[in-house]
Amino acid sequence: MRPNDRKYAQSHEWVKIDGDVAIVGITDFAVQELSNGNESDLVYCDLPEAGRTLAAGETFGEIESVKAVSDLYAPIAGEVLETNAAIEDHLEILSKDPWGAGWIIKMKPERKSLEGLMDAAEYEKFVASKKH
Amino acid sequence: MKQTALHDVHAALGAKLIEFGGWHMPVQYAAILDEARCVRTTAGLFDLGHMGRVHVRGKDAVRFLDRVCTNFVAKIPVGAIRYSLFCKPDGNPIDDLLVYREPESVYLVVNASNTAVDLAWLHEHRAGFEVEIDDQSDRTGMLALQGQRSTEVLARLVTDCDLAQIGYYKFGFGTVCGIPNTRISRTGYTGELGYELYLDNSEVVRVWNAILEAGKGADVRPIGLGARDILRLEAGMPLYGHEIDATHNPIEAGLDFGVSFKDEKGDWIGREALAAIKAAPRKALVGITTDGPRVPRQGARLFRGDHEVGYVCSGAVSPTLDTNIASAYVELDCRAVGSALEVDFKGKRQPCTVRELPFFSRTRK
Repeated sequence: MRPNDRKYAQSHEWVKIDGDVAIVGITDFAVQELSNGNESDLVYCDLPEAGRTLAAGETFGEIESVKAVSDLYAPIAGEVLETNAAIEDHLEILSKDPWGAGWIIKMKPERKSLEGLMDAAEYEKFVASKKH
Repeated sequence: MKQTALHDVHAALGAKLIEFGGWHMPVQYAAILDEARCVRTTAGLFDLGHMGRVHVRGKDAVRFLDRVCTNFVAKIPVGAIRYSLFCKPDGNPIDDLLVYREPESVYLVVNASNTAVDLAWLHEHRAGFEVEIDDQSDRTGMLALQGQRSTEVLARLVTDCDLAQIGYYKFGFGTVCGIPNTRISRTGYTGELGYELYLDNSEVVRVWNAILEAGKGADVRPIGLGARDILRLEAGMPLYGHEIDATHNPIEAGLDFGVSFKDEKGDWIGREALAAIKAAPRKALVGITTDGPRVPRQGARLFRGDHEVGYVCSGAVSPTLDTNIASAYVELDCRAVGSALEVDFKGKRQPCTVRELPFFSRTRK
């Protein structure tokens, strides 16, 4: 079961509220799809500048694997406060710890409510429907 | 989606399967870059069952193919193989292929995604030629063993044929795993020493397993299409839909070696258009390496200052060169090796440098 302390977007980002800050990352499923379980297949991550304002659903960066490039989408609206510089040179962190050390950006959320996003159980079902 | 004889074997090996040219094919069994390294250091085994295999027989087989192919088929020595293309009258290809010259017939290997189009094209132009066009694609399979240890490994399974005697782009017939008269060619899409085997569907799984078993001590592994694409790009080999397609001709792609303008070949489809392009090409296919982390992808635009000078055909992470590589069309004044350009990533520029193709080849360099 995936962590229940956060919400999930259909584009496979997660967002967790921590005080005044929203932490955003991508799920284990997203990492698996990108890398097919081989962390060395991830080659590049393009992250936004701090201070940029994002609308919900807006592209804020890209993750590139050996095979393809995937956009990262903001699960909520808000301002980018900080990006996780550690992952730029160590993308394997995303496979090792997608829920913690593999966070991607911190945001100042426009609203604290995370309505419209899925909880862990709903995301579980959503992912199961994607597998074939 | 069509499946090769090895489909269930790939699934059992844990491969990730994707759609490719209408086929459900393994893109990778392990990490793509590790698979590419495996082929460069030991040897790797590929399922090429999806590719099209067509036997053209009949008294006009050679003359017919000289009409539809770009290269000089009648001049290919028996037992040799040449790269060729089928072009439309405008000089743009409908496919590229390998032509195997036999005493009385010709064997063709074409791309999976174009097999149906190729067959329709051959039938459309056969009038007046006494030929039999035998599409063997669905009843046969094809394996490639590529890498420096491929001769040593394959030799354990082959009798009555000395692999060392099969020269580069030559073929012979031998007994493979007890199957007599098996076509063995020294060809491949990796820039490595290697072989391709042609088998009845009923024998493909057995030979695949036998090669992996014989290659255990040599670290021979199954390799997917992901690594195959990296290896062919490193080797400077074109892929239909990238370097060549319905709007990209073989001359500007640097494939002149597969195009013959010799008078003795007679007229052939596309000759006039390609002769005009050869006299006045407007762009050139070059290699690119990037000075930065991003991988150039098909369609990425190239700039010199504010001037757009070209675009990327294929891009990859190259484990062999330890940098990101691409093939690209550029204006002629940017084609010189060492030219400094920039590749555009959605508005962000990354420096890149024009390089010679191929980036790597153990067979051609």
